[in-house]
Amino acid sequence: MAGGFGVGKTTFVGAVSEILPLTTEAVMTDASAGIDDLGLTPNKTTTTVAMDFGRLSLDQDLILYLFGTPGQHRFWFMWDDLVRGAIGAVVLVDSRRLADCFPAIDYFEEAQLPFLVAMNGWEGQFLHSEDEVREALSLPPHVPVVRTDARSRDAVKSTLISLVEYVLTVRAAYGRTY
Amino acid sequence: MRDRDGTEDEPLFRPYAVTGGRAEPRYHLAMETLVSSVALKSNDYSLLGPEQESIMMLCRTVRSVAEISALLRVPLGVARVLIADMADEGLVRLHMPQLNQGQPDLNLLERVLSGLRRL
Ligand SMILES: Nc1nc2c(ncn2[C@@H]2O[C@H](COP(=O)(O)OP(=O)(O)OP(=O)(O)O)[C@@H](O)[C@H]2O)c(=O)[nH]1
Ligand SMILES: [Mg+2]
Repeated sequence: MAGGFGVGKTTFVGAVSEILPLTTEAVMTDASAGIDDLGLTPNKTTTTVAMDFGRLSLDQDLILYLFGTPGQHRFWFMWDDLVRGAIGAVVLVDSRRLADCFPAIDYFEEAQLPFLVAMNGWEGQFLHSEDEVREALSLPPHVPVVRTDARSRDAVKSTLISLVEYVLTVRAAYGRTY
Repeated sequence: MRDRDGTEDEPLFRPYAVTGGRAEPRYHLAMETLVSSVALKSNDYSLLGPEQESIMMLCRTVRSVAEISALLRVPLGVARVLIADMADEGLVRLHMPQLNQGQPDLNLLERVLSGLRRL
């Protein structure tokens, strides 16, 4: 799950998760350039980056985890870890604030992780069409753009089904990469 | 996770080069790596540290590394080191899905799809 600040990512995860969404934190140490004495390191900053997630048991021995970073996506190192082994990504968008999701789309394209774009309708209202969103985001024709409602279990479920179906088509058509 | 044929129940480690220094876990534990505790004789529990005991209790049901970190309120890196050490000591098993060149294999995707449809 990726998308701009406050677009409904946690709500989306919570709508299908069997547990209340949890948060795990990672500490990133950024040693800036310069002489870095191990004791006093004024140039070293640590940043805590959080990742929200929910869990969905699909079978006795099959658990699906939905991960998403809260807030702004300045820190991608946690995603680098997730992309390996991930099925795909949902980029949740508010069509009034499309620019918020540019970094996520760039990132998944670069990482070659299949993704779809899900428009979160505010109060069930969709102010833009799928085609308008596709054009504004310069998405290639094979990337699905779907409508969703982050508050609705059924809508979220069908968004996830669309994603897995898409990933299967991509694999059938292109093999390993997309 | 079980293997494709549904019989394999061995831990599926992701080997990770030891780069020296105790702080580097021996296995690369992904956030979604699943952990389950091994049944111990009751007096063995007294030998566990407090974090180890919590992890043993939590992982009576299978949980991911991320869940353990969140539920114990420890940073991911700390959870990874604790869990990797416990795996070394044979206290927990690690389970990873079958990956094919870093991606979930088609069989796994099909199972996820039918699981979602059944929800
Ligand atoms: N009306 C309406 N409100 C929504 C919808 N989706 C989310 N909200 C509300 O919008 C607010 C933000 O939603 P979150 O799910 O926390 O958004 P987020 O993307 O996780 O936010 P950050 O993690 O802070 O980036 C919450 O108060 C939600 O209840 C929606 O579809 N319609
Ligand atoms: Mg959130």
